[in-house]
Amino acid sequence: MRRSMLFIPGNTPNLLMNGDILGADAVILDLEDAVSPAEKDSARILVRNILKNLRYQGCEIIVRINPVDTDFWQKDLDEIIPLKPDLIMPPKSSSGDYVRTVSDYIGKLEEKCGFEKNTVKLIPLIETALGVENAYDIASACDRVAAIFLGAEDLTADLRCVRTKESREILYARQRLVTAARAAEVDVYDTPFTDVDDLEGLVKDAETAKSMGFTGKASISPRHVDGINTVFSPTEKEIAYAHEVMETIERAKKEGKGVVALRGKMIDAPIVNRAKRVLEMEKAIFGGED
Amino acid sequence: MEIKKSATAGTMESSDAFVMVSPADELITEINSVVYTQYGKAIEACVKETLASLGVTKGKVAVTDKGAIDCVIAARVETAVKRAGGEN
Repeated sequence: MRRSMLFIPGNTPNLLMNGDILGADAVILDLEDAVSPAEKDSARILVRNILKNLRYQGCEIIVRINPVDTDFWQKDLDEIIPLKPDLIMPPKSSSGDYVRTVSDYIGKLEEKCGFEKNTVKLIPLIETALGVENAYDIASACDRVAAIFLGAEDLTADLRCVRTKESREILYARQRLVTAARAAEVDVYDTPFTDVDDLEGLVKDAETAKSMGFTGKASISPRHVDGINTVFSPTEKEIAYAHEVMETIERAKKEGKGVVALRGKMIDAPIVNRAKRVLEMEKAIFGGED
Repeated sequence: MEIKKSATAGTMESSDAFVMVSPADELITEINSVVYTQYGKAIEACVKETLASLGVTKGKVAVTDKGAIDCVIAARVETAVKRAGGEN
């Protein structure tokens, strides 16, 4: 389960040391935009040492590397892959070929380290107009892709439009990414809400993303993590309904009924699948039996 | 690895360390730390172990520690040495 992903700058020891106590389901250790060109070497070595020596509890580790058109991305992977992060985030992902270039290089390093193939997954960051248009190509580029992620700040600069809190300017990109991800059967993550102090706005923005089909949302502030986790968790009402659906299905099976209804509405495959997803989330959040 | 020129790495922020290296005829380490009384020897051991792993036998290495954990100190020493060796 990955509802929230929190960015942590890769050259800040005090934040890196506490990455797993901030409540996020995943942390993104950032070697790209949060690190100045002069400190790329320093951040890469620091993040490597942190991963080697600290055991992050209860959250996934994602490392955002530098773009493929820089001299840094292969050096980033050389240092980071041996530490077996859960996912690598290639920024500025513009096509399937771009993603496969990163994936092939990771594959070589995995082989060298004796890891099973596709141990380290990919979550390409789509933040250009070309990337949005190629979203399905990116999401289905290779088996290593586990999710795609929308980055609206760079995207709106590329689109030459103003980034607003209302986010009308990224409506198409959001819909395009959700559709591409679902077609490719991978997860999809929404762009961070950048006003750190506006918690009400954050919740509203996360609710919009959830209603559109996003799996979760990234954050640049630990203050946003709780709000994102709450929005992307099933409500008590949804959990109760999911249990009711599964109980009704079980009862119908025992009684040999082919078609069943709950509260006057027929229970079909999509309703059952949705109920299963809600119960999986319930188990991941609250624990419990299968 | 040889320390060919002066170089620095790290910051003076909390939980970090600032490392300055420069060429010298022998290996000299200087440790300044806000927790020197409790951890001075451990910090020095960490610095020397990192230098040994990098094959550094000569040079002056000055560390100003602001409460960094070992792996942070080791990272900053490695970065400074590699910069001084012309690697980065």
